[in-house]
Amino acid sequence: MGKDPQSSSRRTFYQRMIYGVSSLIAASLTIPAVGYLFPSRRKGDGQKGWTDAGDVSALPLNEPRELAFQRKRVDGWKTSTERSTAWVVRTERELIAFSPRCTHLGCGYHWETDSDRFVCPCHTSGFSMTGEVLEGPAPRPLDRFETRTEGNRLWLGGVRPISENGGQ
Amino acid sequence: MRDLIRRILDWVDHRTGFETAVKNFLYEDIPASSGWHQVFGSIALFLFFVQAFTGVLLAFNYAPQPGDAYHSLQYIVSEITGGRLIRGLHHWGSSLMVVVVGLHMIQVALWGAYKKPREATWILGVLLLLLVLAFGLTGYLLPWDNRAYWATVVTIQIAGLVPLFGEYILEFLGGAEGVGVSTFTRFYTLHVLMLPALTVLLMMLHIHLVRKHGVTPSPRAIGQPKKKFYPGQAFKDLMAFFAVFILLFVLAATVDVPLEGLADPSDSTYVPRPEWYFLFLFQTLKFFEGRWEVVGAVILPTLAVLALLAVPFLDRAKVKRIQQRTLAFAVVGLVLAGWLALTVAAFLTTPEPVESARETSPPAADWRFLTPVELAGRAYFQREKCAGCHNLAEGEPKMGPTLATVSHRKSAEWLMEHFKNPSEVVPGSPMPTMTISDDELTCLAAFVLKLTPGNATALEVVPDYAMRGAVIYHESQCASCHVVNGSGEESGPPLNGVGQRRTAQWLEDHFRDPQKFDPQSVMPPYDFPPDDMKAIVDYMKALPPASE
Ligand code: FES
Repeated sequence: MGKDPQSSSRRTFYQRMIYGVSSLIAASLTIPAVGYLFPSRRKGDGQKGWTDAGDVSALPLNEPRELAFQRKRVDGWKTSTERSTAWVVRTERELIAFSPRCTHLGCGYHWETDSDRFVCPCHTSGFSMTGEVLEGPAPRPLDRFETRTEGNRLWLGGVRPISENGGQ
Repeated sequence: MRDLIRRILDWVDHRTGFETAVKNFLYEDIPASSGWHQVFGSIALFLFFVQAFTGVLLAFNYAPQPGDAYHSLQYIVSEITGGRLIRGLHHWGSSLMVVVVGLHMIQVALWGAYKKPREATWILGVLLLLLVLAFGLTGYLLPWDNRAYWATVVTIQIAGLVPLFGEYILEFLGGAEGVGVSTFTRFYTLHVLMLPALTVLLMMLHIHLVRKHGVTPSPRAIGQPKKKFYPGQAFKDLMAFFAVFILLFVLAATVDVPLEGLADPSDSTYVPRPEWYFLFLFQTLKFFEGRWEVVGAVILPTLAVLALLAVPFLDRAKVKRIQQRTLAFAVVGLVLAGWLALTVAAFLTTPEPVESARETSPPAADWRFLTPVELAGRAYFQREKCAGCHNLAEGEPKMGPTLATVSHRKSAEWLMEHFKNPSEVVPGSPMPTMTISDDELTCLAAFVLKLTPGNATALEVVPDYAMRGAVIYHESQCASCHVVNGSGEESGPPLNGVGQRRTAQWLEDHFRDPQKFDPQSVMPPYDFPPDDMKAIVDYMKALPPASE
């Protein structure tokens, strides 16, 4: 086989076609599959909704409080409402709402009045009242919610990285 | 570089025999007479891989529970990149599979390739055909839309007709109590676990036998030098895959696979029609009535399968050239004609299923999308403490039914009657009579009807101000001039989006004295007490913008 030139050129043609066509089929299956498994997050998804986090008129100055509220969550085909919290503090300059997750590995942290800082129990990160890292492994300041106040009510939007957020 | 690759391949081959196996497979000897007519078996194998691939992808985003199944599929086809395409490939792939397996069998039958010593190969083939049909049957239920539901109701009934074993089959399919969660779960498990495993097993045996006995040569080719499978026949196979794949892809991309309304067990007007390849059975059923039904439903199909299995034992004549196999042509032609006639008859006599007229407005994702009437109904639900006995969504079981799962079966009239006189409408109902005004009951009914398993959880939590705001809105009859979420009269401006355009203070002042802002305004002033004012203003602010 492959001796006479005609059959060998036909053989090459077959082989090329086999490689070409099978790659084409494989590609037309895998490309949609990748799009399907890694869907590009639609812009603003999940951020669009503003959530009413409650009345903040009684919030004292420079004393962080944890507010609990119901937040809408879009998870795949389900929209559910779940309990959610935010650490809120009123400073002289602004009203800040922090996402309740430590920026290290996502543990919940709390305010310690004695040491005047937010403390994360997992790997002992500490944050100042305005979220700056004071100690520990946390790589960046606490994340903040976008905020908006209406009358006495505080509304929370999406979580924004610190650089873009200047409060109200 | 080449050297290195060669060495790695040799190393692997030495330990696994992989390369040798592939080579053995590709350089298999096939008779000189092989050609285009022998591609169908390979296409079926190819389609099986496509089905497995798309099936696994679908499973990544599919919730195997009635209700959720429907919503997750809706999500797949409308929200996920490529979701519609992948569902299309899977759906049309199943139809093509039936066609290709059919053609494969016809080819084998015409050429007489089932003859000694290939009887076992044929029998495995028939079993594989049955598996393909079982895939179709079980997969049909999984979208959990109206037609899935009703078609399965029929399937289950037929299964129950089987003499002696009917009851057990019903039990096995989870259909003893009608089509519900158990049936669904059984069908799902069959479809994604058991049938694929069985198919792979039988396919391997089938292919093993094909290779053991070799591809059937035509009598003329006996004695001629053999060919290699690769690359000549491999090329033909692949071209055939490609043709089928293009067809499949075009179908999936251009023809929408319907997803009807959520399965509605109370929709008695629905006439189910099975997938096209079952239509002939469906039509056969119509010829047998009453106690003869079992003949059309069970006995004839069983005989047909037995006849198929017996083919190689009935036709034991010597292998002949295809041109001389007139009897085979006659039999295959007759079977095809019969099948076609039944299918066409079924098409002509069964109207395309129409969805029942009760059109549902798009489901409200959360309370902001409810109309004020529905939201006021939610407020009365709270005030009357209905939640003491009813869950909106699935949860800790309570005394009364979970409303999201039953409401779609009811009408507003039914609910009103039921509210006023529970035990008259539902005998034995322990629900107390509701003594609130008809107007309030109407709101409550509207709210209950709006519930679906998809939104009920979200509607469990509604802020107080919103409910209060909606009640004020309703009682002040704002809807006689304004539209909110598509409901109300249009003489005044629509209110969706007003919260984004105006401040709370503006809204409050406007309620108190509309003419201050627009002297032409015909809106009467509303001087609500402070708490009410705050509630309705907050409610207005929370309404979604018109575009949403
Ligand atoms: S998670 Fe908070 S310190 Fe590690």
